[in-house]
Amino acid sequence: MLEIKNLTKIFKSGDEKIIAVNNLSFFVPAGQFLTVTGRSGSGKSTLLYQLGLLDMPTSGQVLIDGIDLVAIPEKERTTIRLNDLGYIFQDYAILPSLSALENTMLPLLMQGYDFEKAKLKAQKAISKVGLSDRENNLPSQLSGGQQQRVSIARAIAHNPKIIFADEPTANLDSETSEQVMRVFLELNREGQTIIMVTHEEGYAHLSHRTITMVDGSITSDILNKKNIT
Amino acid sequence: MDEKIIKIENSFSQNFSVGWFLAWRDIKHANKWTTSLIVFVMTLTFLNLIVVSGILIGLIQGSEDAAKRYAIGDVVISPFLNRSAIEQTPRVEEIIKTISGYEKHTVRYSGSATVSSNYRETIKPGDKPDNIGAILMGIDPAQEEEFSGISKFVVRGQYLQNTDQDSVLIGKNLLYEFTPIEAPGFQTLKNVTIGQRVEITVGGYAKEYFIKGIIMSKVDDFDTSIVALASEVRKLTGRTDLNAGTIAIKLMPEADPILARDFLLKSGVGAYARVQTAEEAFPKFLKDIKATFGILGTAISSIGLVVASITIFIVIFVNAITSRRYIGILKGIGINQKAILYSYMYQACIYASFGIIFGMILIFFFIKPYFYAHPINFPFSDGILVATMPSSLLRAGVLLITTIIAGYIPARIVIKQNTLSAILGR
Repeated sequence: MLEIKNLTKIFKSGDEKIIAVNNLSFFVPAGQFLTVTGRSGSGKSTLLYQLGLLDMPTSGQVLIDGIDLVAIPEKERTTIRLNDLGYIFQDYAILPSLSALENTMLPLLMQGYDFEKAKLKAQKAISKVGLSDRENNLPSQLSGGQQQRVSIARAIAHNPKIIFADEPTANLDSETSEQVMRVFLELNREGQTIIMVTHEEGYAHLSHRTITMVDGSITSDILNKKNIT
Repeated sequence: MDEKIIKIENSFSQNFSVGWFLAWRDIKHANKWTTSLIVFVMTLTFLNLIVVSGILIGLIQGSEDAAKRYAIGDVVISPFLNRSAIEQTPRVEEIIKTISGYEKHTVRYSGSATVSSNYRETIKPGDKPDNIGAILMGIDPAQEEEFSGISKFVVRGQYLQNTDQDSVLIGKNLLYEFTPIEAPGFQTLKNVTIGQRVEITVGGYAKEYFIKGIIMSKVDDFDTSIVALASEVRKLTGRTDLNAGTIAIKLMPEADPILARDFLLKSGVGAYARVQTAEEAFPKFLKDIKATFGILGTAISSIGLVVASITIFIVIFVNAITSRRYIGILKGIGINQKAILYSYMYQACIYASFGIIFGMILIFFFIKPYFYAHPINFPFSDGILVATMPSSLLRAGVLLITTIIAGYIPARIVIKQNTLSAILGR
């Protein structure tokens, strides 16, 4: 499914070079729930942005189903992000002028679904995250946890191959965080590949596999066998 | 897999529909006061585009309309340049009545005369007599009244009757009281009042007339003339035939003046006189002034257009800058840049469209009818607002295109920024 080979990301600040991701290679099979943990500044989010095609690595390859996506033009990367990838950001990143349903419909409309079909699919996704009664609410009328669930609904509505989640529970209280994690686990049980960055080890232990990063390098890559059925 | 649509590239229509989806919801949830203010600016800009040039052109148009309505009609017959009268006038009149769409006509006789007011006084040697050169216009009072309603322009005294062989009407431009100009080449009569006698001399022939009325019409043909009975003008000018100076023809509203002119020419009137439509008969300088005023109006209006462009540029730029992170997110989740760009262009387009719609309503339902009911009182014309639907639509198109471009540029600047930097607010 997803493979990275010798992936490196270097930031330049004046004469100084910061190696955020240092020559990483690993493979994520379809259906795996992978968590990437590490302290702040360890490079886990930077890694996620490279995997999710939101940023260009300095060197190395990102392959999905064997195709290297680093070398392709931005226009095609956008299309792949739309069709094959789903994103969940720490601060929800849903559009304030669109209702929960409209936010969820947006990628579907861009994919070419007509309005009614997009609406049906979006409603299905919203129902999956338990927000059917709030689908017409604007983000300002939703709590943080509800907004994050809208963000998840938007990420899953178009059945992406991989969902990337960047600290999805960081801004939520523990009860809401658990609700969100339950949604992730449910999605994963249905076969969804998820790559989640988190600094909360408790949630990392719920996944199939945990990669720990320090200074851009992988210090441990552990399979949580008890979670693998 | 569900009925997922795999597409390598988003089509133009997808970008357009997603752009519209985003734009409409953005405007729907935007601050109502801000939106109203932008639409208000757009409305004022559109009004500025139409009204400034419309009023300037309307000054001349008002004058032309009045000349057409009261003096020359839809088609006018006048002597050849080397002749003093329309030959075979009675025969020409008979042909005129057979024009398809003919409504009415008037025959006017003309000549050049000298009018003197103090001819009875003894003038000291070296003093200039109070006399002026003027055009004599001979009319049939009933026919002229039916044609032009000239009596309503008699601001003092009374209109002529068929029996007024010893009376004349005098145009206000010939009187110092109404036209207080003293220039070497332009003389006016002083101290002339109703009931006073003036002497009119044509060639060597002179006759006294009472001033029966003063005409003030803003139509040069009347305001610069001495109007007398046709029989008197013929007598003064020594004309023994019935050949007239001008025949003005009015047609029914649905009739085409060009067809009427062509009919007259085909009927042989062209052998006796010049046949012109009103448009052809207007002096070239009037057309030139009209064109110049149009250019002037457009130039002034274009300043408004620049202001509107800058307004939209700022609005969209601020909007795009404050939404920079959301633009990044949109790009991040795979929304095509073009769709995002179109959403801002749509917004600019919506603002301009509402401005244009309100502007159109104001112009065609309020401002234009108001100016028709209450023309601007200029010394030489009753100024109206000239605003036709085709020219208004043209200006609407210009405003629309300008605002779309003004919306496109800032949106493109922001959209081109790095996706991740925009998402992270770097």
